[in-house]
Amino acid sequence: MSSSLDTIAAPNAAPASAGAASSRGLLASFRGVRLGDLLGVAPFLLFAVLFLVVPTLYLVVGAFLDAKGSLTLQNLADLGTPQILSSFWISIRVSAASAAFGCVAGLLIALAIIRGRLPAGIRSTVMTFSGVASNFAGIPLAFAFISTLGRLGLVTVLLKLYFGVDIYRAGFNLLSFWGLTITYCYFQIPLMILIIAPAIDGLRKEWTEAAATLGATPFQFWRFIGLPILWPNLLGTLSLLFANAFGAIATAYALTGSSLNIVPILLYAQIRGDVLNNPGLGAALALGMIVITAVANIVYLVIRTRAERWLK
Amino acid sequence: MKRGKPWAWIVFLLGAAYFLLPLIATVQFSLSIRRGTLSLDAYTNVLNSPQFQETFVFSLVVAVATIIVGLLLVVPAAYFVRLRAPQLRPIIEFVTLLPLIIPPIILVFGYIRMYNSSSILPLTNSTLGTNVLLTLAYVALALPYMYRAVDTGLRTIDVQTLTEAANILGANTPTILIRVIFPNIIVAALSGAFLTLAIVIGEFTIASLLNRPAFGVYMQNIGANRAFEPAALAVISFVITWAAMGMIQLLARFAPRTAPLTD
Amino acid sequence: MADDFLRIDNLVKSFGGNTVVKGANLAFSKGEFVTLLGPSGCGKTTILRMIAGFERPTSGTILVEGKDISPLPPNQRQIGMVFQAYALFPNMNVEDNVGFGLRIAGMPKAERRARVDEMLKLIGLSGYGKRFPFEMSGGQQQRVALARALAPKPRMLLLDEPLSALDAKIRVSLRQEIRAIQRDLGITTIFVTHDQEEALSISDRIVVMSAGNIEQVGTPFEIYNKPATRFVATFVGQLNTLSARVDDPARRAVSIDGQPVVVPSLPAGARAGDTVSLTMRPEAVQLANGAARDIVLDGTVADVSFLGSVIRLKVDLGQGNAVHVDTFNDQRTPPPGRAAPVQVTLAGSDILVLGD
Repeated sequence: MSSSLDTIAAPNAAPASAGAASSRGLLASFRGVRLGDLLGVAPFLLFAVLFLVVPTLYLVVGAFLDAKGSLTLQNLADLGTPQILSSFWISIRVSAASAAFGCVAGLLIALAIIRGRLPAGIRSTVMTFSGVASNFAGIPLAFAFISTLGRLGLVTVLLKLYFGVDIYRAGFNLLSFWGLTITYCYFQIPLMILIIAPAIDGLRKEWTEAAATLGATPFQFWRFIGLPILWPNLLGTLSLLFANAFGAIATAYALTGSSLNIVPILLYAQIRGDVLNNPGLGAALALGMIVITAVANIVYLVIRTRAERWLK
Repeated sequence: MKRGKPWAWIVFLLGAAYFLLPLIATVQFSLSIRRGTLSLDAYTNVLNSPQFQETFVFSLVVAVATIIVGLLLVVPAAYFVRLRAPQLRPIIEFVTLLPLIIPPIILVFGYIRMYNSSSILPLTNSTLGTNVLLTLAYVALALPYMYRAVDTGLRTIDVQTLTEAANILGANTPTILIRVIFPNIIVAALSGAFLTLAIVIGEFTIASLLNRPAFGVYMQNIGANRAFEPAALAVISFVITWAAMGMIQLLARFAPRTAPLTD
Repeated sequence: MADDFLRIDNLVKSFGGNTVVKGANLAFSKGEFVTLLGPSGCGKTTILRMIAGFERPTSGTILVEGKDISPLPPNQRQIGMVFQAYALFPNMNVEDNVGFGLRIAGMPKAERRARVDEMLKLIGLSGYGKRFPFEMSGGQQQRVALARALAPKPRMLLLDEPLSALDAKIRVSLRQEIRAIQRDLGITTIFVTHDQEEALSISDRIVVMSAGNIEQVGTPFEIYNKPATRFVATFVGQLNTLSARVDDPARRAVSIDGQPVVVPSLPAGARAGDTVSLTMRPEAVQLANGAARDIVLDGTVADVSFLGSVIRLKVDLGQGNAVHVDTFNDQRTPPPGRAAPVQVTLAGSDILVLGD
């Protein structure tokens, strides 16, 4: 369950000033704030410390402690088992593939509805639907795809019936890398559409026309102007989609049970039953996830901040 | 005049196929519980099951609690940051991004370690405590959306002038917040609330790991044990999501505005 | 004329049921600076966009050097265009913007650099090559846009309200600069604007348009002094309109607010007792400080506006007519005060005879 980023990620909403806080120093920010005003903000900050910051730090620290509470790197070293490495590898592949595919498909659809001169009404319908679909993640999404591409799914059956193609005999499996990727795209593509549409709107018609009068073909326009302008947005959104998929678990869990060992599912099993027989290892697993999603998100924020400079 | 470029039609139709086929398939599957005929039995089975009703109500109550707690935390914070302490904005905004950076499974893992029976604040010891923990976890999850919605609401009204006007008339800060500011941002707050509802109502990971009888956990259970009922549940969920998003769109038309929209 | 550089024949453009250009016929000579002038929605920009190739004419032809260019897409028309909102590519610095057309045309790098430097020198922005558009003022950006349009040596230059987004001072200096560069290069230029002062100041010829029709084509001198229609007369410059009663059509005698005068001409078919309107420019009317011309009218000063080098008086003529009078500022003689009785005078030949 990590969708519905649309309201956050809309470009004018991109706060992106996160870096400023740390660089100026946390305490300095509080200088000059009156006590009465601080009371309004205090519950919010207390909540953030107790339920966001400390639990995460607790795990991060836990990753470096052994059962007796002394410092160790053993937990991190223990991540090197084939099972855990392969689960990181499949997670990274699914996240990267669904992010890349979501990015390309979302961009194409956004371009079609904004610049393809389609009938009026299509654009707003697609945007509304994207708002819904980007929030339609988790367990129900898995059910929908089982009904579609499962062994008895409508598309599976129809393909067999009318085209004589048995996709399962051809090697397809919904409970696999490809199955998961196709399913994740159901919320990745709409998310991309929601984020990139305002950026495409920002491509002014005059740029296209100026390029044309200077002799550029439509392809050359996209090659030299359109894509370079969108580029920071595309890269940034790619990393956001990656993080979005990497942290997701419910869809995969409902789809595959624990037959496909992506990292969150492994961690889930570890929390439920301590299958790895080592609490420190669980924390190390969590640390691995935090590092990967944090890096992806930081890439997003940094690119976003840079991008805003000349698009104004 | 505008006929649409051929490539745009192709992209649009491919996209429409990808997004509509699963919906059609799910509806079709949900109606196929009886061989050779369409029936609503899967829906009646689901809706009549006491577990469905219990878990749905449970999740709904948690969602409402989440919304209330969330607003109580977010509205004063957003108001003070906008009006009196803009230098805190980077910190607050960084905090609202944390739930997007930290996956929910990490959060709940941290909670289980931190608030277990042997800790200073043993929330997981009692049912009530665990329910509180679940609600607070959902507040954390909804924080980015809630804060963004409320902050947008504050931006569209002229907070400064409203506050000064109320001050001159003798109102104190709590009165201003409750009687002046909140009524003006209620539409924005509601759209944040509906988004929160859409996110929380079917949430699985946190509820499951805290062992709470939530709707998402129930759905997962049904998915593991039944064939046609999950499809019916997926359709119901989709309708709920659609309704929540539809409410947000509808609300947007009623938003009050006193400040010109500049960004 | 066969040797017209650009010719537009019976050009019509409709959007849905709405015809925005209703059969335009125009001819442009090589090297000419022609302005399309009119209020917004008059069709001037649509004509420009049809020449550029962004809109397809509903009917009619556009010929450049005798060849129909309608089959050509915009990128093969070799036209330079400057837009109202600069439209510089934000991802490129000044050098790359100006060199874009040359790069598309496949010009080698060294040659390209020389041409870009030459263009930057032309617009007075040498040394600004590495700047990005967002680091420059509006006036600088628009000059870069001009350089970008001119760099590939286009066959003609289209300017779509290029000065409208700029401050008043820069607007005046940049329009003179544009005109100087255009003269220098001898490039055929079509300039679209709704600002009559701008049009009068820089054009070889002006095309005045209204509601999709061409009202008049002429030099600024002709347009201002011999407006062909009431629309042209009111749109270009200030205008006094007085209503007069016809006393004797044969003698062309009329009275204005009860004061009898003789005018050089009357609309055809005017009969005694009819009301006609007489129009004239404010600067054609003067205070009759002893030196009366053909027509003299009595009135009182209703208002005095000091415009700098010119003082504009509003003079009531007694029974509802009012006339604006422009006089040059003269520091030795202050203007008459409000309610002062004055006499105004004008030459009969200054009365404009307008068709409708």
